[in-house]
Amino acid sequence: MIKIIEITDNLDCSQAYKQLSHPDSGGICVFIGSVRQSTKNKDVTSLFFEAYTEMAIGQMEEIANEAAERWNLNAVVLKHAVGKKDIQEPVVLVGASSAHRDACFEACRYLIDTLKEKVPIWKKEFFANSEEVWVTNHP
Amino acid sequence: MKVLFFGITKDIVGQRELSNISTDPNETVDTLIDKLTQDFPELSTISSLAISVNQKYAERNTKLRETDIVALIPPVSGG
Repeated sequence: MIKIIEITDNLDCSQAYKQLSHPDSGGICVFIGSVRQSTKNKDVTSLFFEAYTEMAIGQMEEIANEAAERWNLNAVVLKHAVGKKDIQEPVVLVGASSAHRDACFEACRYLIDTLKEKVPIWKKEFFANSEEVWVTNHP
Repeated sequence: MKVLFFGITKDIVGQRELSNISTDPNETVDTLIDKLTQDFPELSTISSLAISVNQKYAERNTKLRETDIVALIPPVSGG
């Protein structure tokens, strides 16, 4: 299985199709998380992401391996950005490809849900009213 | 032993890393957290602090050695 794991200052979403495409795959599913301009009715100006990089990569590898055991996948991608991100910038990209669509849809959901539970990356919100706060829940 | 601090724990402790922390013979993650909380009481206000030892999540009763790298993992919020 092709496995691409990355923590990067600049998340390039344009490579996703090429990286997930596979001669045995009829379906490719990608999820991208991006910066929203508000949260709980407060205006957000930017987000900041910090990572424990070595451990985050290890956890992302484990998640990819677990997905490969549960579904028949030909390729898996997990990428997360670090640093300051502005409104509409991409923050996380996960994806999978498989022979038929069921597996890659389900795996893709699993990848993002599990990343949000386990990977040691932290998000700080910066608000228009000058507040800044480390997020403590992961909806 | 080295201890790394991330997110809010780095704000509380004021630095990314404390190196050369001496380990008692029966040091565990629990006893280390107790020591750190004595020096930095605000750490006890964090709702659920996870700990990693050498980049793997670890239970509180995990025994620690001189060469270990411990990290304080406040609630994660990636993605």
